[in-house]
Amino acid sequence: MSLVFDAYRVHLGGRPLARLDGTVAPGTVLSVMGPSGAGKSSLLLGIAGLLPPPFTVSGRVTLGGRDLLALPTRERGLGLMFQDALLFPHLSVLGNVLFAVPRRGPDGARRSRRARRDLALAALRRVALADLARRDPETLSGGQKSRVALARTLAGEPRALLLDEPFSALDQTLRAATRDIVFDLARQDGLPVVMVSHDPADARAAKGPIIDIAALPSAPERLI
Amino acid sequence: MSQFSMSGGGLDARWRWRLASHGIGLLVLLPLGAGVVGVVLPAFGYLPALGAREPGLAVFAALLAEPGFWRSVRVSAVSGLGATALSVALTALILAAAHGTPALRVAERLLAPILSVPHAAAALGFVFLFAPSGFLLRLVSPWPSGLHAPPDLALLNDPNGLALMAALTIKETPFLFLMALAALGQVRAGERTALARTLGYGPMAGFLLGVWPLVYRQLRLPILAVLAFSVSVVDMALILGPTRPPTLSVRILTWLHSPDIEGWLLGSAGAVAMIALVAALIGLWLALEALAAPAFARLRTSGRRGAGDGPLRAAILVLALLGVLALLVGFAGLVTQSFAGYWPFPDTLPRAFSAAAWRDHLAMAAHVLGQTLALALGAMALSLPLAVVLLEAARRGAGVWWLVYAPLILPQVAFLFGLDVLAIAAGITPGLGAVTLAHTLFALPYALIALSGPWQALDPRYEAVAASLGAGPLRCLLAVRLPLLARPLAIAAALAVAVSVGLYLPTQMIGGGRVVTVTTEAVAAASAGDRRLIGLFATLQLLLPVLAFSLARGGPPLVRRLRRVHP
Repeated sequence: MSLVFDAYRVHLGGRPLARLDGTVAPGTVLSVMGPSGAGKSSLLLGIAGLLPPPFTVSGRVTLGGRDLLALPTRERGLGLMFQDALLFPHLSVLGNVLFAVPRRGPDGARRSRRARRDLALAALRRVALADLARRDPETLSGGQKSRVALARTLAGEPRALLLDEPFSALDQTLRAATRDIVFDLARQDGLPVVMVSHDPADARAAKGPIIDIAALPSAPERLI
Repeated sequence: MSQFSMSGGGLDARWRWRLASHGIGLLVLLPLGAGVVGVVLPAFGYLPALGAREPGLAVFAALLAEPGFWRSVRVSAVSGLGATALSVALTALILAAAHGTPALRVAERLLAPILSVPHAAAALGFVFLFAPSGFLLRLVSPWPSGLHAPPDLALLNDPNGLALMAALTIKETPFLFLMALAALGQVRAGERTALARTLGYGPMAGFLLGVWPLVYRQLRLPILAVLAFSVSVVDMALILGPTRPPTLSVRILTWLHSPDIEGWLLGSAGAVAMIALVAALIGLWLALEALAAPAFARLRTSGRRGAGDGPLRAAILVLALLGVLALLVGFAGLVTQSFAGYWPFPDTLPRAFSAAAWRDHLAMAAHVLGQTLALALGAMALSLPLAVVLLEAARRGAGVWWLVYAPLILPQVAFLFGLDVLAIAAGITPGLGAVTLAHTLFALPYALIALSGPWQALDPRYEAVAASLGAGPLRCLLAVRLPLLARPLAIAAALAVAVSVGLYLPTQMIGGGRVVTVTTEAVAAASAGDRRLIGLFATLQLLLPVLAFSLARGGPPLVRRLRRVHP
């Protein structure tokens, strides 16, 4: 399933702020670079349907042929990861992942609590943290927290990933390792990924197309 | 806390702050402790000043033998616990429905004025609306209700205390809402809800499952304060509560005001029973919390998305709006009532208006207003500096934060009488001074509540810069921190004034009847049933806090603008 941007724009109070055109193929990562304040994060939040007024969006963003911008956030099927892991401190590690597992399977059948639990544990196994399932998230290291956040995102069975500076809270070594896990798992699941970052190393590791938001006003044509 | 906040503080300074904050804590706890001792001793039959010197349980036996004692206890418990549970539930639902929408902005703006309405005024507004001869029934009479005279229904003062419970809920929900708003800023509510929404949760479910549990943790103390207050409230129970028998708090007051020693002893035992009741209900609340926790935890990981919550959100917001509207109509009604001439039952508006009530009572009202203002300004002038010292001490790790809630959690009716007895024993004459001190006890916690958020939020680097330029700690405080926090300080001052204006029992008991305020007079007018006088004092009750908040809102910006014009 590809993520297709067709004259997708974010406006601030009617003034165009940033735009995106092109196709992100399954398993590839589009890196959106640019200085802070250029509207990178707004671009992502707009795709997820989380932009508050006075921001508005226009154009089309389709995922598997469905126009996302017409859907409410909860039906867009996007996995969003922020700079901070934002684990729920009132839930265990497993509880955090369980929070994401849908109640119904792809066939529409209700999943038992046991089946959902198994899915959550499987997601934790993918990030090699199944043995920490019962822990309080506050007791985890920074790297572990971001891996749990990844497991939670994937357990929500998203059809595409949106990453908002997802590694910038981590130190250099942890950053590279976490980055590899995220990109690997996204490739395994065949998910198109849009990543916003200001670190060129992130974009290089993504091995996908790169666009620079700062270059927008001078190059308003097709960007990817 | 960052290292900047420690600027200018050595070990010596740290001890000084600790000393100051503990000293203030002691000043708060001392009267509370003394007040409790002052009721516990007579409750166990020891009141030597009046010749009772045989300690024992006889007084309690007499208390339990009072007709309807357990009914009074039950009404107090049910109305207090019910109002608390309803307020918590409403706060959660309204916040979940309004979060992330412009409605929250509106709510934030409306909150302070609603919150500052004295309890007695809210109760009187409730009477205006819901009494058998009240505004709502007038609206539907004679058509379509067919009524030409007020119906013979116990809409207010019902034996089960439901009217009291409803009015308490309306008054306490805004308080919990304000506390919850303050907590929201610390739990990254927006991002967490956004995350839950991308995972398929409806906005309300996302908030209730992902954010509310974190807010609730910080809401615990305020909730317990609401519980203690609701169970032991006096002024609202006098106006709206049942009469035969009244709530425990009202009966305690009646006993204490009776001229014989038996009454004093009974009232003291009742006060001790009230402390026990509040403690038991707090225990019950915590037990229910623990019992409900597994069920809520299961719900959180059940994966239920609560997707189609649009109609529910709309319904809740409409309900909240109706609540606010009811309050406003009630207040408008009270003001109208003070100007009303002849106003027979089914008429929606008075047939004639007159300023007679205002003219006739002007001299008395001016005297009452003067005393009210003196108390409010005195309590404000005392509580604000104390709050600043406590906050500065807390910033340096010498906080006694929890102490602040003590006067809010200990039932007023339980310790004020003991305090009064001790004050008389110590030769302190009841009067404005003593009442001002008592008001400070209650204004201080609210001032702290209003200031603690902004105090923590101020970037500590401002003072770091000042310190690096050679300013000492005192100058940092006076020349940097306080001016930067002028707005919150002004709001806290207004809140202190509003709290003082609304206090009934502390004024009544410590003042020994010699100190009158718009609130004590409004309650007195209510029991006398003089509608014009009720309207008059209720209007003054509403006017003072609104005035205080307008000044607080308009003052600091005005000063800033003047400074810009005349640099």
